Amino acid sequence: MKRYVIIGGGIAAASCAEGIRSRDQRGIVTVISEEKELYYRPLISYYLEGKTSLDHMKYRDGDFYQKINADIRYGTRAVSIRKDQQEVLLSDGEVLPYDELCLATGSSPFVPAFEGLETVENKTAFMSLEDMLRLEKMVGASSRVLIIGAGLIGLKCAEGLLRRVQSVTVCDLADRILSSILDEPCAALMQQHLERYGMQFLLGDSVKRFEKNLAYMASGKEVSFDVLVLCVGVRPNLTLFKELEGKTDRGILVDERMATSIEHIYAAGDCTQGFDLSCGKKRIMAILPNASMQGFTAGVNMTGASQALTNLIPMNAIGFFGLHALTAGSYEGTLYEEKTDHSIKRLYIQDDLLKGFMLIGVQERAGIYTSLIRDQVPLSSLNEELMKKMPTTAAYSAEIRRKKFGGAV
Amino acid sequence: MKRVYVNEEWCLGCHLCEYNCAFANSGKPNMAVALKGKSIFPNIHVEGDDKITYAVSCRHCEDPICVRSCIAGALSKSDAGVVQIDHSRCVGCYTCLLVCPYGALAPGADGLMSKCELCLTNGLGEPACVAGCPNRAIVYEEREVI
Repeated sequence: MKRYVIIGGGIAAASCAEGIRSRDQRGIVTVISEEKELYYRPLISYYLEGKTSLDHMKYRDGDFYQKINADIRYGTRAVSIRKDQQEVLLSDGEVLPYDELCLATGSSPFVPAFEGLETVENKTAFMSLEDMLRLEKMVGASSRVLIIGAGLIGLKCAEGLLRRVQSVTVCDLADRILSSILDEPCAALMQQHLERYGMQFLLGDSVKRFEKNLAYMASGKEVSFDVLVLCVGVRPNLTLFKELEGKTDRGILVDERMATSIEHIYAAGDCTQGFDLSCGKKRIMAILPNASMQGFTAGVNMTGASQALTNLIPMNAIGFFGLHALTAGSYEGTLYEEKTDHSIKRLYIQDDLLKGFMLIGVQERAGIYTSLIRDQVPLSSLNEELMKKMPTTAAYSAEIRRKKFGGAV
Repeated sequence: MKRVYVNEEWCLGCHLCEYNCAFANSGKPNMAVALKGKSIFPNIHVEGDDKITYAVSCRHCEDPICVRSCIAGALSKSDAGVVQIDHSRCVGCYTCLLVCPYGALAPGADGLMSKCELCLTNGLGEPACVAGCPNRAIVYEEREVI
């Protein structure tokens, strides 16, 4: 019987266990999770907004690991890995031998060394259920919240809090919001929308120092606040793997089978840097769908089967108060653009392929565009003009359409 | 498993399937009460151009990327193979819409995602789009992977 060990507490770990069980019903699967339960992490902001409950946040009703017969060790940390002995040392002193190991260690909030940060009483990151519940206790109807970081996490946090507090101000060193996924015009459209709902921004500005409830900005402005949320960025958790001198760049480098540079060690999810088909380079693509697909693939391969995951790309669906931004791929090549007062569509085309897109306020059938990128469909094989105007399977040739719709897929 | 298939050659582009679908999932006793004067949110959509038309609904994929991508655990695959949505879990994030290669998910009136569940959860037993198709262009049958 094979012994599988998975280190991680999120979706990549759960999907890895699932991948193992899809091929091996008998092996021993042990999951080491520092967190105390398995939940849908991206839901934490939706909880603040009142759109979900703690119960609904649980991954598949909370009994997932029991159902697939995996030994889950909540609240346990992997202290180190001995790769030659193929063992993991746990925080409770146990030594766990493995035949195959998967690192699904995720990422952690990165907090720069702000001067005076220690003088701020009410502060938290926003990455875990624990962070979110801590934040919920800190805020009230009269709270003025300052959020550092106008990325995906910071803005979802801001949205979740906006109707529960007096004010939310978001600051970012970048001169636009969501700078990792949106360009200038798209970011401006979304920012206007958020401002209409009362969100306040300090962009192209950063905190020089904190003094209790006051932030002194580089611009000379002073921001008075009651609660501080730090959403500057995240860093993959690499320590365990780096100690083994495994190959890393910004994340753990994995191949298309999710194997790392060390034998019998796989990795999946936010801690990894895998191949991005849309740009042809290895990138960190820390999103839930990829964590799920990578985890499952790692699990399958750990059983001895061989499955390659070759079509991962960055993809983000993020909406605020009814306005949705959908993005995917890389923004390289020739731009095709459509614009109204309330929407923007930007498609990036290179070498007869759709490479990436940004859609704001237009979302119908966007997945068809995503599939063009993931399947590398030559645009010359379809009605390109029709497809650019509107994602539709009608733009495919009759033959391809028959394949897509004529039988089970 | 049985799935919904559409024959392009027989589809008239009449959009009746969209109305039958919206009515079947409205919970209302009467089609006029359910649909007249209202925006409808069917789980099947007629696509095409001036030459061909066909209706698209969920393919109930063997390995559905929407289920894998759902950030809320709202989408799942039943033991029978039906891709289902639990509206009490959906938060309307649109990730499924972003990944579905068929464009088969769309938001409903409440902003949450809506999709074809083959009329298995609304008490009809047989898909309303199939039952109401005047030209038998939409069928409900077992087919192999091609």
